[in-house]
Amino acid sequence: MPDSIMLDPTAETQSTNRPLQARLDSLSGATVGLLDISKPRGKEFLDEVEKLLADRGATVKRYMKPTFTRTAPRELNQKISTECDAVIEGLAD
Amino acid sequence: MEHSTQDRFTLVVKKDCPTCLMLEPVIGQLAQQFPDRLEVYVQDDPSFPANVDAPIDDSSLEYSYKNGIEIVPTLMRIEAGAEEKGRIHGWDRQQWRQFTGIANLGEDLVEFKPGCGSKTQDPGMDELLALRFDGGQLHSRSVEVGTAEDLLEACYDRGWSDGLPVVPPTPIRVMRMLKATGREASEIIGEVPPNNVPCSIEKVAINAVMAGCKPEYLPVVLASVEAALKDRFCMHGLLCTTYFSSPVMIVNGPVASQIGMNSGVNALGQGNRANATIGRALQLLIRNVGGGVPGGIDRAAMGNPGKYTYCFAEDESDEQWSSLAMDRGFEREQSVISLFAGEGLQPIVDQQSRNPESLAKTFASSLRSVVHSKLFGLADAILVISPEHRRVLREGGWGKVDLQQALYDDLITPGSAILRGVDGIAEGMPDKFKDKLLNKFRDDGLHIVSTGGTAGMFSAIISGWVASGERGSQMVSQVIK
Repeated sequence: MPDSIMLDPTAETQSTNRPLQARLDSLSGATVGLLDISKPRGKEFLDEVEKLLADRGATVKRYMKPTFTRTAPRELNQKISTECDAVIEGLAD
Repeated sequence: MEHSTQDRFTLVVKKDCPTCLMLEPVIGQLAQQFPDRLEVYVQDDPSFPANVDAPIDDSSLEYSYKNGIEIVPTLMRIEAGAEEKGRIHGWDRQQWRQFTGIANLGEDLVEFKPGCGSKTQDPGMDELLALRFDGGQLHSRSVEVGTAEDLLEACYDRGWSDGLPVVPPTPIRVMRMLKATGREASEIIGEVPPNNVPCSIEKVAINAVMAGCKPEYLPVVLASVEAALKDRFCMHGLLCTTYFSSPVMIVNGPVASQIGMNSGVNALGQGNRANATIGRALQLLIRNVGGGVPGGIDRAAMGNPGKYTYCFAEDESDEQWSSLAMDRGFEREQSVISLFAGEGLQPIVDQQSRNPESLAKTFASSLRSVVHSKLFGLADAILVISPEHRRVLREGGWGKVDLQQALYDDLITPGSAILRGVDGIAEGMPDKFKDKLLNKFRDDGLHIVSTGGTAGMFSAIISGWVASGERGSQMVSQVIK
């Protein structure tokens, strides 16, 4: 008897495995982006992170998503990737 | 009709048809008259008709399906170039004589006898044949399951369920579903979050099958998907949020009664297939196509039971009452689905108010508590008014606009009264609002809809996402085609 057949309800996609970026050897002299996702109190939290990074010799650049409810605009991602050596995302409140 | 000696005839019959049986001598006459130019296809018994050399077995119905045979007998005249020149069906002696050019055809028979339905017209057969002979339009991966396996369990095992059993999406069920829309199975309806994957009409149909939808619900499901994918609705954030909310769907217009949706007793409860499965179909699609799995990218702290399904129709029996869709700029004759990012149901009891003024104050005082009585402008809401409360408004001469104005007036509040710390409650509005007058709801943040049974002076609030408005989600509406 033939097997029963069902149609796959999923997107039939598979995640790509990508290796992690190589870690920075040192923060000294590196440019680190801080991405505020626009959650309440994100600024205060990232201000503290910025101080810690500056103490370790990093140059900090600040970025902000228009709203936490949507993914970051492509242009913003591209800007960060061209301007920074690393990025820290201030994820949530 | 002009006759050419090059023309061929094709006859489709079934033995189970009394008219075909009656025509056996006529078929013999045709076979004699047109040797090598007559083909007889038989749908059920290849030994019929006995007086033809080699009737062609069409028990697979391939020929009948591909040639659109609806009635047997059907006689077709085919030109030498294989182009069909015309067809007749049933038995009309005069017509057959003219069509074949045989003057004494069927002399001993009655003048007229209608044919029977072709086997291609049997219930459910159309989709089966479409699958068998047009199955190429389905592109989803076939998942083979052993005969000893339970299909329901197989769906669970693959993570395709919301926790309740799903209808196994067999190809025939999906074909039946797809037949309910004129849209191509391969058409991309949009990108479904959170993974933002292109989604075909076929994938929507598969998930609608699994949700338990009848094919006639598909246009509503398709409209719900189109609505959910609008940027204003922000389905991505809504799925990912730690908050409770998920899509709440309200259907307006003729389609609601056409497909048997419930807008009466227990409209927001269980028991109506259309209400239950249309709401579920969108949720399954977001899970299966979009990848929005609870505990994965769906981070709801508690969630809410409406994440299984939350869909109902508005009671439009009172023509004086403007419907939600009409408030949003559509006509009453249009079928529309509106999606709202919300959750739960907060009852409002008022069995005493006999005038609109009092009832509006009841509504306002209850609406004040949406998300928090000291948080204003944060979350939208839907006020769901019962028919009995609607009657109080109508008898007091109020329309929806009057109610909206009264709610606005009752809810406007000085910021100083709801600041953080006031009344011994740390939560509240930030200090910067202390000298302002605040609206409980942003503009276009309070929607009013009416549904439910005719007994019970109970209305309700569907509270919205705390990320309502432009930064998050706004109500969206989509015409159902």
